[in-house]
Amino acid sequence: MSSLRVEEPSVNGAAETPWSAATGRELTELNARHGWSLDAAELAAVQAHFKALKREPTLAEVETLAQTWSEHCKHKTFTSPIRYREGKTVKLVKNLLQETVAFATQKLKKPWCLSVFEDNAGIVAFDKAWALAYKAETHNHPCAVEPYGGAETGVGGVVRDVLGAGLGAKPVLNTDVFCFAAPTYDGPLPAGTLHPKRTMTSVVAGVRDYGNRMGIPTAAGGIWFDDEYRFNPLVFVGTVGLIPRSAIAKSVKPGDLIVAAGGRTGRDGLHGATFSSAALDDSSSVSAVQIGHAIMEKKVLDAQLRARDKGLYRGVTDCGAGGFSSAVGEMAEKSGKKGGARVRLDGALLKTTEILPWETWVSESQERMVFAVPKDKLAAFAEVFSAEGVEHCVLGEFTDTGRLEVSWKDQKLVDLDLHFLHKGVPRRERPAVWDAPKTAPKKGGRGSEKARAGEALRFCLSHLNVCSREWIIRQYDHEVQGGTVVKPLQGLHHDGPGDACVIWPQAVVGESGGWRGFAVSHGMNPSYGKLDPYAMALACVDEALSNLACVGADVSQAALLDNFCWGDPEDPKALGALVRCANGCRDAALGFSAPFISGKDSLNNTYLDAKGAKHSIPGTLLISALAPVPDVRQAVTMDFKTANNPVYLVGWTSDETGGSLWEEFSGETGGAVPLVEPRSAKEALLAVSSAVRSGLVMSAHDLREGGLAVAAAEMAFSGEVGVRLDLERVPRTKDVTDPVTILFSESPSRFLFEVAPEKEKAFLKAMKGVPLARVGQTIANPVLRVVDLDSRTLMEERLHELKAAWQRPLASALGGWPGQNGNGSHK
Amino acid sequence: MKKPRVLVLRTAGTNCDLETASAFKMAGGDPELLHVRDLLKGKAKLFDFGIVAIPGGFSYGDDVGAGRIFANEIRGQLRELKGFIRSGRPVIGICNGFQVLVKAGILPQTPSGEQVASLTFNDSARFEARWVRLRINLQSGSLFVKGLPEMIELPVAHGEGKFVVKSPKVLEMLKKTRSILMQYVNEEGKFAGYPHNPNGSLFNIAAVTNPEGNCLGLMPHPERYVTRWHHPNWTRQTFCKEGVGLELFRNAVNHALN
Repeated sequence: MSSLRVEEPSVNGAAETPWSAATGRELTELNARHGWSLDAAELAAVQAHFKALKREPTLAEVETLAQTWSEHCKHKTFTSPIRYREGKTVKLVKNLLQETVAFATQKLKKPWCLSVFEDNAGIVAFDKAWALAYKAETHNHPCAVEPYGGAETGVGGVVRDVLGAGLGAKPVLNTDVFCFAAPTYDGPLPAGTLHPKRTMTSVVAGVRDYGNRMGIPTAAGGIWFDDEYRFNPLVFVGTVGLIPRSAIAKSVKPGDLIVAAGGRTGRDGLHGATFSSAALDDSSSVSAVQIGHAIMEKKVLDAQLRARDKGLYRGVTDCGAGGFSSAVGEMAEKSGKKGGARVRLDGALLKTTEILPWETWVSESQERMVFAVPKDKLAAFAEVFSAEGVEHCVLGEFTDTGRLEVSWKDQKLVDLDLHFLHKGVPRRERPAVWDAPKTAPKKGGRGSEKARAGEALRFCLSHLNVCSREWIIRQYDHEVQGGTVVKPLQGLHHDGPGDACVIWPQAVVGESGGWRGFAVSHGMNPSYGKLDPYAMALACVDEALSNLACVGADVSQAALLDNFCWGDPEDPKALGALVRCANGCRDAALGFSAPFISGKDSLNNTYLDAKGAKHSIPGTLLISALAPVPDVRQAVTMDFKTANNPVYLVGWTSDETGGSLWEEFSGETGGAVPLVEPRSAKEALLAVSSAVRSGLVMSAHDLREGGLAVAAAEMAFSGEVGVRLDLERVPRTKDVTDPVTILFSESPSRFLFEVAPEKEKAFLKAMKGVPLARVGQTIANPVLRVVDLDSRTLMEERLHELKAAWQRPLASALGGWPGQNGNGSHK
Repeated sequence: MKKPRVLVLRTAGTNCDLETASAFKMAGGDPELLHVRDLLKGKAKLFDFGIVAIPGGFSYGDDVGAGRIFANEIRGQLRELKGFIRSGRPVIGICNGFQVLVKAGILPQTPSGEQVASLTFNDSARFEARWVRLRINLQSGSLFVKGLPEMIELPVAHGEGKFVVKSPKVLEMLKKTRSILMQYVNEEGKFAGYPHNPNGSLFNIAAVTNPEGNCLGLMPHPERYVTRWHHPNWTRQTFCKEGVGLELFRNAVNHALN
């Protein structure tokens, strides 16, 4: 024990000038040396604060401020003023979050939103007794430098978010969405950058091992490939948990003990929060990535939920970015009127004695939760946790002094004013600008291209952003907990691309839950975002909600999560695109009447190469959506079921090929970006949602990348049922005059349905007022036959060939399954 | 009639406990989740229960091989489990629970009680989740499969499910005692290699019973197919099968009742 090193009395070692006397430049140097990621204004604010107190800050104090003020924890860009110019209009945005996504939520005032934007996850009603907590996080920087560990701790972190929501929710579903460069990428890669194939396989393994070991099904997700992600891969992980409605309210009372439980604290994961808030370069440190231990977290989960049900604690939060400093600091704010906490770090259980007290305070060691335990409950709390083999330690108590006080032995490490800690971060105005990119408009029609329609279809199906994800999904235990009633892979051979999963959490809620379940889906399309981030936001929400409607969820109760991953917010263009994207989120939420309940932003996804050039990711928005499925027995999958059924197309097809796969195939540019018209889209969506839930359709799929051609092909080969499409019958706007546009336009808010002949009448009645047409029918011959506007056959493609084209890319890039053909496709 | 008490044995890393308990409840049992520590400390008694289930998961993280540590715990400290089996009461080990029974030397059952088989890494070298077809040996004396059709479907989800034996004699013994309860097959009921046999198991073995028929270990997850809505094809019109997995639990409960 004697080997504990002693805390430096203050941050200024002998060689450094004291803070009070330091120039701005010296502070900036100090900041860089310590990796705090504070900007000049923040450093000045810290300096001024301590000057007024007439003392020097301690290292632990500056560390605490740096963690708490990090972009990762504080979302400074989203909550600071922005001077935004769009064309000739200039607008001052005071608080982007409050004026966009949160604004929509406040305006919509849904009674089933039980806790939004305040806890570690958004919480919505499930039924009378239970609620659903949902949170999606990003773990981009760690996955760039150490993909396996980064992905594992990403999952572990978001699971803890859900354990730290309310008094703790039981995780019942994990979601994963990735953005990578193509695994077949063969361009140059700078030193220190991993090959995208290595990143991808390691990230998948990390998500797999943590999720599978914790016994949480990973059953919804997606991937987007674009070589612009080669320096900064994106990894979004989400968790849905079930929580009794009576366990949503949490509190902290002065006098409650601060108790940490779970893993011990070590030197792993120092500076994760500040690291995540900086750009990557070839020196980016692997030591900022923590080590995950799924079984420890499973034990914590088991113990915590038992303690919750016995009422042994009043409040809880997870130890994530910033470790104890953030967790205790956050909970301290809620203690009594003024808030406060008194921490004695001597009590902390450590992995190593070779750790400085300030390191203990900010370490991001995994699998730890912090509880507010009333003194008289401590003994019972301890018994529950030790029965599950989980260690705990008392770190101090919450107070009402308005101060965050931390000591080690008889040494005072931190004595910070809570108000300054939480509200003292200076709000700096940033400039932002958005100008539509100039692209050469398309010339002439596409009539002459129709001979290539079949080739274009195969291009789309084997495109990395469309092709089968079976290589990944099979590695996830997507059925553990016994509630995955609509699986991610659907169809006759269980290998078609499902729109969403449906979870029936019967094993958790018991018989009282009846047949009620929920569905989760995603929407993402960075290609649209490159042309117009506003249109991207609308398209993402449209996609996520359409997916939910297709499987039979009640979209009138859909809740959304936003995850923004962006480049450098100091770059006015990047920030302008972000503002425009957030505006799109607001308008989509209002238009669809679907509130955001939680969100997260990850900025600074940039890479500084050796020559000093900065590479940025494409502005990326992930929309995750969650909605109840009133009766899971009414759920529908996307595979065609039998021959001789009418096939209906819902929604207008316009000439919208901007950012589409058709443009990529043909080399065309300048097409209009698909733009959602929320009012009519919402009407159609609600009608679809209700028709599906009433059992009026046999199969349902929405039209996205690759348009009508891809959707029809996927439905047909997944069900091994052929289809004939008559393009003449497709409802379309006047600008659509050729078959190629009808087949490959990516107009949003469209669906394809297979309807049983005897239900046709009822279906049409349910869809009254919604643009739709019977565009073909399912056929016994296993082909996709497309009849041109002139009634001639435009193409006839064999389903097994289409399916093979769709199944091949990931399997061949990543090393397929031995005997891949055995179960999936025939022949 | 009093419902038979079912012990669903938990330890660190068990993760299929809730749905296994739920399946027993649906089957008419009275399940109780219990940590192995509570049994070892004497807080609960094994023989107070009519049925024991060891559910799936990653007991102790599968750190030194799937199920190994839990198996050692049972072999060393929970010796009465063997007596429990000898008493004729139903015992089922699913997935990790099967791995535990095998590594504890309980299945395949031998006079010496030594471990003569193992479940090791899949031939694909990956964790895989997929539905498989199984052929049940209806000649076996297993109480769990009474009334079941010869061909059933169940999901598997594991990285270490390849059944191997110490020597060819073990396989002969298993055949002779009709202890091979389920084998992986294709749509036609024939042995057909990967992915029909998802892990490369010897002789396509998916489930093993003791000759008396009251102790079952299997890699597939019957608790994940207890209603028709668990099957991947239930949304297809031609599909009308009920949750066959439930029958295994029902048979165990009915046996315990008698």
